[in-house]
Amino acid sequence: MATELSKLFRNRRTWATIALIDALPTLVAVLLALTDPGPRPGTGPAFLSAVLTDGTLFPLAALALVLPLFLPIAVAITAGEAIAGEAQQGTLRYLLIRPVGRTRLLVAKLGAVMVFVVVTVLVVAVTAYVVGVLLLGDQTVTVTGPTTSVSGTAMSTPELVGRTALAFGYAMVCMLGVAAVALFFSTIAQSPLGAALGAMMLLVASTLLLPLDAAEALHPYLLTRHWLAFVDLFRDPILWTDVLRGVLVQAGYIVVFLGAAWANFLTKDITD
Amino acid sequence: MSGGTGVVRTHGLTKRFGHVTAVDSVDLDVREADVYGFLGANGSGKTTTVRMLLGLVLATSGQIEVLGSSMPAAGREVLPQVGALVEGPAAYPHLSGRANLALIDATGPGGDRRSRRRRIGEALDRVGLASIDDRAVRAYSLGMRQRLGLAAALLRRPRLLVLDEPTNGLDPQGINEIRTLLLELNREGTTVFLSSHLLGEIEQMCTRVGVLDGGRLVLQDQLSALRGPTGRTEVHTPDVDLARSLLDGTVEEHGDGRLLVRVPDVAELNARLVAQGVRVTLLAPEHRSLEEVVLEATTSGTDRFGREAGTP
Ligand SMILES: Nc1ncnc2c1ncn2[C@@H]1O[C@H](COP(=O)(O)OP(=O)(O)O)[C@@H](O)[C@H]1O
Ligand SMILES: [Mg+2]
Repeated sequence: MATELSKLFRNRRTWATIALIDALPTLVAVLLALTDPGPRPGTGPAFLSAVLTDGTLFPLAALALVLPLFLPIAVAITAGEAIAGEAQQGTLRYLLIRPVGRTRLLVAKLGAVMVFVVVTVLVVAVTAYVVGVLLLGDQTVTVTGPTTSVSGTAMSTPELVGRTALAFGYAMVCMLGVAAVALFFSTIAQSPLGAALGAMMLLVASTLLLPLDAAEALHPYLLTRHWLAFVDLFRDPILWTDVLRGVLVQAGYIVVFLGAAWANFLTKDITD
Repeated sequence: MSGGTGVVRTHGLTKRFGHVTAVDSVDLDVREADVYGFLGANGSGKTTTVRMLLGLVLATSGQIEVLGSSMPAAGREVLPQVGALVEGPAAYPHLSGRANLALIDATGPGGDRRSRRRRIGEALDRVGLASIDDRAVRAYSLGMRQRLGLAAALLRRPRLLVLDEPTNGLDPQGINEIRTLLLELNREGTTVFLSSHLLGEIEQMCTRVGVLDGGRLVLQDQLSALRGPTGRTEVHTPDVDLARSLLDGTVEEHGDGRLLVRVPDVAELNARLVAQGVRVTLLAPEHRSLEEVVLEATTSGTDRFGREAGTP
């Protein structure tokens, strides 16, 4: 696990990816600061209108910005590379004859991907906070200053911090689902690109099917169906239904795809 | 056959990829302190066999025993004592050679952290890479990568070295250095299992030979036994015609400065030649060449065995 982390984070590409993901919310913050007025309340990504009144809320807006597309694609690429990348490089066979157990390798790879997600989300959150306060202003100069929830009621800072933590936790679970799918493709694909594409196809398919009424029967089971439900965590009172459903759906994907990845990898002939 | 305990033993080892039988009931017998040459044309199943020994490819049927334990079940105990190079070296291209070795040493068991720097230094020294700088492996030549791969195989001072075509991509001088290194390691007690499609390479350094042909092990014996005397005597002399007239009837073949004679008493032959003024430059029992033995045992043509590096 430690060596997997060192491999991941000593690769310049990892940091380039994080920087790229980080660039999007920063760009949005700059645009918001320059163009006044911003999107009318109720339109545009979640929180963007709230952000205009309070820059400290910007980390949440940033999360809503990167969660639907940027972050899952980064996760798909990173997890897709996990096994297929080592195989293509030829290093997989040398890892396995050290020996590193096949199950252990899978777990370590998944762990490294999740640390990557945490680091990315943290970088995004910190940057977004700084950028938000600098460009969009800080309403809550005093620590106790009230912030309004999405529902319009006031929220205290500790409560806000708690809910933000919950929201980031929920995002992690969503990304774990993507990671499981990509890891599975990584054990069957010949190349890391093929694995990442496989996972992305599923993401895109899920996103495309969502607005389609004909696919309504599938909707509850789609990977991306409940991703933005974390907004509900900022309602008053918290609207748990969609969040819980989301967690269940992700758990399903995690169990099925991780299981398939494990079963496949454990019995696979390593011939590359 | 000479004694020694089994280091690699397989029984009826078979691997099928769909309809292709890559390895067909192979019974390997590699003993302690052998330099075992695993000879076979391209596509004869050498790499597949090596991968099965190391637990990378799962056998369709048959048993494998490496260092006394069954593989792949006992991989956790066996593999730390094995160093291997399988179908070319591999490394993380963005890291330096040293960083690559440190990384591979840190994964899996047996890579003691405190001695890591020293062991990496020693391994690099042995393979002739002592002076490498911090360049990324991306910039290495194939020869350097091959040496780095060998260094990785040596990191834990293995009891058994399994090397699949280790001299691929090396220049003649590099091949020579690797040969010297392997013989040195063997003298220190390491058993070496070496696969190659180059007859000459095997003939030069192995004590025991197994020949694979179309997935089947068609020959396995001590090199000295395979290269047994033919019963004929080889005579080198500038006076070929004089010698022929003297030895009429016993000369079976003759050529440029060289005769092959079948006589019961070599000392007498020598005395007779010298007495008659034939200048003898060499007199020795003829041995069969490995090439002859291999060609006899295999169905494939000569052209499928490379004689020297560079002519596969
Ligand atoms: N993954 C695979 N799928 C199908 N056939 C394979 C695979 N790997 C090897 N083979 C076949 O098995 C045979 C032996 O290959 P290999 O072990 O690589 O031979 P060698 O190392 O002696 O050149 C070849 O005919 C090759 O085509
Ligand atoms: Mg081969």
